[in-house]
Order: sequence, then structure tokens, then C-alpha cells
Amino acid sequence: MKLYSLLCAAAFVVSSSTQADWLQFRGPHGNGLSDSKSLPTELSEKDVDWDVALPGRGLSSPIVVGDRIFLTASSGPDQDQLHVLCMSAKNGEKIWERKFWATGRTMTHKKTCVAAPTPASDGKHLYALYSSNDLFCLDLDGNLIWLRGLTQDYPNVSNSLGMSSSVAVVDGTVVVQVENDSQSLALGIDSQTGANRWKQQRPKSANWTSPILMKGKGGKAVVLLQSSTGVNAVNVKTGEETWYYSDGASTIPSGVVSDGVIYAVSRGITALKPTGDGRVDQLWRSGMFRPGTASPIVLNRRIYAANNAGVLSVGNVKDGERLWQLRMKGPFSASPVSAAGFLYFVNEKGLVQVVDTSSGDEEGEIVGKLDLKDTILGTPAVSGNALFIRSDARLWKIGG
Amino acid sequence: MVLAVLNLSADVAPILKVGNEGAGNRKAAAAWKKLADSDASEIVSILKHMNDANPMAANYLRSAVETISDKTLGAGGSLPIADIGNFLLDRTNAPKSRDLAFALIERVSASTAEKLVPGMLNDPSPALRRMAVAGLVDEGKGLIESGNAAEAAVVLRQALSYSREANQTQEIAEALADLNQDVDLPTHFGFLMHWNVIGPFDNTDRTGFAKVFPPEKKVDLTATYKGKEGQVGWKPFVSDHEYGTVDLNKPLGMKKQVTGYAYTEFESPSERNVEIRLGCKNAWKVWVNGELLFERDEYHRGIRIDQYSLPATLKAGTNAILVKACQNEQEQTWTKEWQFQLRVCDSTGTAVLAANRPPTPELVKTPKKK
Repeated sequence: MKLYSLLCAAAFVVSSSTQADWLQFRGPHGNGLSDSKSLPTELSEKDVDWDVALPGRGLSSPIVVGDRIFLTASSGPDQDQLHVLCMSAKNGEKIWERKFWATGRTMTHKKTCVAAPTPASDGKHLYALYSSNDLFCLDLDGNLIWLRGLTQDYPNVSNSLGMSSSVAVVDGTVVVQVENDSQSLALGIDSQTGANRWKQQRPKSANWTSPILMKGKGGKAVVLLQSSTGVNAVNVKTGEETWYYSDGASTIPSGVVSDGVIYAVSRGITALKPTGDGRVDQLWRSGMFRPGTASPIVLNRRIYAANNAGVLSVGNVKDGERLWQLRMKGPFSASPVSAAGFLYFVNEKGLVQVVDTSSGDEEGEIVGKLDLKDTILGTPAVSGNALFIRSDARLWKIGG
Repeated sequence: MVLAVLNLSADVAPILKVGNEGAGNRKAAAAWKKLADSDASEIVSILKHMNDANPMAANYLRSAVETISDKTLGAGGSLPIADIGNFLLDRTNAPKSRDLAFALIERVSASTAEKLVPGMLNDPSPALRRMAVAGLVDEGKGLIESGNAAEAAVVLRQALSYSREANQTQEIAEALADLNQDVDLPTHFGFLMHWNVIGPFDNTDRTGFAKVFPPEKKVDLTATYKGKEGQVGWKPFVSDHEYGTVDLNKPLGMKKQVTGYAYTEFESPSERNVEIRLGCKNAWKVWVNGELLFERDEYHRGIRIDQYSLPATLKAGTNAILVKACQNEQEQTWTKEWQFQLRVCDSTGTAVLAANRPPTPELVKTPKKK
């Protein structure tokens, strides 16, 4: 555990957060890791503290700031009603709800919906993005600070299958990737005013991956923009490129950063180490890992990646050597999260599976299961000693 | 609680000026706060300003109204329902502001809202109209379940006549088909069925999308041109699809990396604004009377009725409508389609039919969705 704590300390920490906050897609560090010490592991229905009905569909993750959960949803025959919900983490009661009209296209594949991107918070404000390219900034009490209709601004930034790239926010800049076949952009938006700080043309190709934050040279915030052509590292404040990895990358699962190394979903997994002088070194590459829709996770110097068949492959982050595999019940759309050495996977049929990784280089085992009996595509959130998991219809709190 | 005193027109003005790329957000946010702190008696005035709002400003104003409502009702107060009701019933107000007025009434008194719904069958608001039509659909399906097919057909016919949204209309048409009732869906929607088509021109490496082939310069239905595989000329093509699909694979061959054009003429008795509504899973461009309405080079991500709504102005007389559709290099089975569906309607989705519209051709029925 000592090594794990050191790694967490070294990881990038979003400002204004507390240990219990889960501020964005895959948590405060954007890597799926939680500091929680006592999530339930041998799950049973008794571990469900509460569950509540939701007013609309969604596969965005909940985020948690203090004792409040923030969640997006979409409703209506054309999914053009956009909801931002604030609920009590204690009991699931609604504290406030804001509704907006979609100003961009709302067509999606039936499996997904308009509330697919996960919102982000800097601890003071909430930034909620939708597949319609509507972006809202509200304070934590639901007061509207600014809004953008990105399809109004850039009429071809849409994907008829739907979009899902989540929001990242750091150092006063909100980063969104609206990348598609017809018009493709990444934007750095002033978190105070909603105006563009920078706008970058991106590869004209549909892309569902999310921006990833890390520290660059001199401690400057860098955002990694993954696409079919590779990974661009961009200065968050200016949009200037600091390095570029050009050997292609996935357009569905996102990479993960651990201890200054990027584990890109590229030709399997490719480990990349920025040199600090505008280049990036390739540490290793392994085709033994084939992440499906779920993004990989790094825990205790091992990388875990589930493929589309539900097989979890585990490797050493030092050289990419595969250590063991474990067959789980897939398929997975939700990315895994972790706490206290346990991994939490939720498959598309709503089965939560807990993997104990304490065996290290030896094969781990599934120690807990809980069937939520609903289609679940969104990545869980962790706060305190609880998991928060949502479907189109419900939000569950599992744990105390 | 101290409520803000408003000079409403002045206070709303910054919100109405919100523009693209975040322009005006800072001033709009200050105005929003003032509105959100105001008394519930201001709600109708704010709704009226929503009539003039662009889509972003409408969201600012909606949020202000809902925040006022939350505060008022949370403190045990009441909303000016009579005034909100009058605003709702005045159909000259914008559809979205009336949608919000209805939602406020529904929040306070669901039974009152329910009583209003049947009167909205011909409402200019698609959302309100949809609710009223849904009531008739439920009634019709209830009659089917009780074995009264003849009455069900009458009620569902009425529902169809008021239905404008594609998915609701499809539901009604399927129910009528089950009752052996013929439905002229192309006319109901205003799909254009009769076209002249030409192609294939080249689209190797997707370069044909940007390239200007002769039909974009001038439409001459008697001319021939060098195409991708030899000389090509215009040929008539009539869609036999009940939702107006123009399948270019039929007249031009099932080919990849090609570009095709479809042309038709639409007689309008007067100048008027319309919406050209398109569904297409290939890269496309649409022109009306030589003016490019929109272009989009997305391939095989999906198609649906009314996927794109393109505002256009028809002139009195003959209007030239030209569609360019490009097929790419993908070889998967789901990338074979090279097609579009196009209709002309008003902002409510009501079909605008050409004075020269030919009779609906004999249609091939679409298999019912399981």
C-alpha cells in the first residue's frame, strides 16, 4: 500500500477537490483510482444503501462534490430535453434540477443517448456536456454561469451515432473534444466566461475518447487528446502542442496515465514517456492487451485491460509482460474503477464484479458479484465508502 | 428573501444578445441572476421575451423561469397559473415558450394540464401536438384491444391527420396497416418521390465530395458527361419506398467511391419559407435554386427521417432542388446503402406539397419493425 500511496501523490490532482470528491470521468486523477479504504467487496443486495429513479436516460458517470452527486440525463421522444441533477449522496434525494433544450442534433445509435459525456467539476462549478454539443456551466447550487451551443457555433460537429467524449477541467480551462467525420475540433474554454481560449482542428474521424489530464514540463497542465492518428499532448492554457505520438490510437477506449507514463490504447497498449523536450519515448508495446470499449486501468504497477469478450488481461507496467488473465462476464461498456486493491467492473447487463488483485503477479479472483438487473453502460463513481452506479432509469449507491 | 425589481426589457436584453462562441455570456450571466431572483409574477413577461430568443438565449430564459418556480414553490408560494395559461393558449407565442408554460401548469396541477391536452391536436408546438395525438393513439389502440376495429380505424385516421413527428406517424401507420387501412405516407410527409438522377462520377479517396461535377454548374437533363466509368446521362427515377427513400444503387448501380446527383422541380404557388428535411447516411450537399443549403461529409453513421432540417425559401413558380450524394470506400455490409430521403414541410413538420406533385406511385411496404 505504501507504493500505491506514493503513486497517488505523484498523480495529477485537480485543484479544489477533497479526497472524497469524484470530479470527472474516472475520478479525480482521471485514472479510475479512488482513495476509498472500505468499499464493500463481497457484494450482496444489503450493500445497496439506496436507489432512486432518474428522469431520463444516460450513460454519463455521476460525479461527486462534497456530499452532492451531480448527474446528467436526457429525455423526450427525440432525447432533446437535457437534465442536470443534483442529489444528496446521503439519501439520493433531489436537491435541484435544471432542464435545457438541446440546440444541436440529438440523433444517436439506440444503444447510447444524448447524456453520454460525463460532466466535470473544479469543485466550484459544474461543466455538463451532451452529445448535442450543448455545454452548461452551473455553480453547485444550480445557478447558470454560462452556456455554449457548440453545434450552433460549428454546424458540422456532430456524429449521427452519438458522441460521448467527456469534459476535463483544470487551471481555469474546460477541455472538450468534439471530433467527427465532417468537422472535428478540440476546444479549450475559459471556465469563467465560456469563451474559447483556444480551438484546434482535429483529425476528421469519429472519436469517442475523452481528454486526459497530466502534468507536463515545469508542472504545467497538459491534456492528452487521443484520436485515430495518435495522441497529442497539448498545453491546457494555450492549446500549443508539446509532443505528438503519431502511430495511431483507439477511438473508443481512452488511455490512462500513471506515474508520468501514458498507457495509450494503440496497437494493443503502448507505454509512452515524455522526454520533456517535445518528444516522447516508447517504453514498450504489447498486442496481448486488446481493450474493448472499457478503458484500461493501472493499479499497483500492473495494467488491467478487459477485451470485448470479457477477458481481463493483466500485465507488468515495466515491460508489458502479460502476467495473467481472468474470464469475467462481459461485455463491458463501463470502465473499471478501483479502491483498496480491488477492481470494480460492471457489465452491460448490470452485473457488478469485484476482482481481488492482492495476489499480485498471480491470477486474481472474483470475490463479489451483485446483479443490478438493468442495462448499465456508464462508468461508476466512488466517493467515501460507496460506489455510485447509474442506468438509464436508476442511480444506485452501493456501500455506506 | 429580497426579490429583485426588474426593468424587464433592459434586464433581458443581454441574454437576447448571447451569440456564438460564448459571445455575451458574461453579461448574460449577470442578467440571468437578476431574473432568477425575481418574483413569480415576472414569469409570463420572461416567457414573452423567449419568443424572440435564439436557442442559447432560450435556454438562459428557461433556466431563469424554472429557478424562479423552484424558489417560489419551495417557499410555499404559488405561480400565476391563470396568466401562464393565457400565455399557453395564445398560439402566436413561440412553441418553446408555450412548451415551458405547459410544463409549469403541469407541475402545479397535472389534472389541469391533462384537460388542456385534447385541445392541442393542431398545435403549432410539435411537443404539445404530440401529446394530444398520443391521446388519440391510445384511444385507437384501446378500441383495437376491445375488438372494435372499425372505430379504431377512424380514431387512428384522425390521429394520423394531426401527427407530424416521424416516429409517432410511423406508429400510427403501422397500427392502421394492421387494420388493413391504406396510408399514403409519402403525401402525408411530403416526400419527393420523382427525380432525375445521374452518375456515377468519381469519389475515389472521398475527393468527389469537394469536386464540382457538371450538374453543380448547370442542370441540363438532355446533356451527357464523362462519368467514372464512361458517359453518363440523366435518367428518371421514381422512389417506391413508403418513406421516400431514393436508392441510388437501383438506377446507378451498387458501386463504391462514387458520386451521384438527383434533381427535381417543385412548383410553388407563392414565395414561402419551408424546411427541406433530409435523411442521408452518405456525404451530401443540397441546393435549392442554385443556393447551397448545407453540406456534410459523414459516411455510414446512420440515417433517419428528418435527420437534418434545412431552412429554405421557395420562390413562386418552379424551384430547382439538387441533391449530391457520395458513396465511400467502406466494404462492410452496412455500408452498401447509397441513398437519401427528402421532404418539404413547414416548421411544424406539416407537408408542403408541390402544385405539380405527381400521384403517389405504387409502394413497396416496409416490413414492420419487430
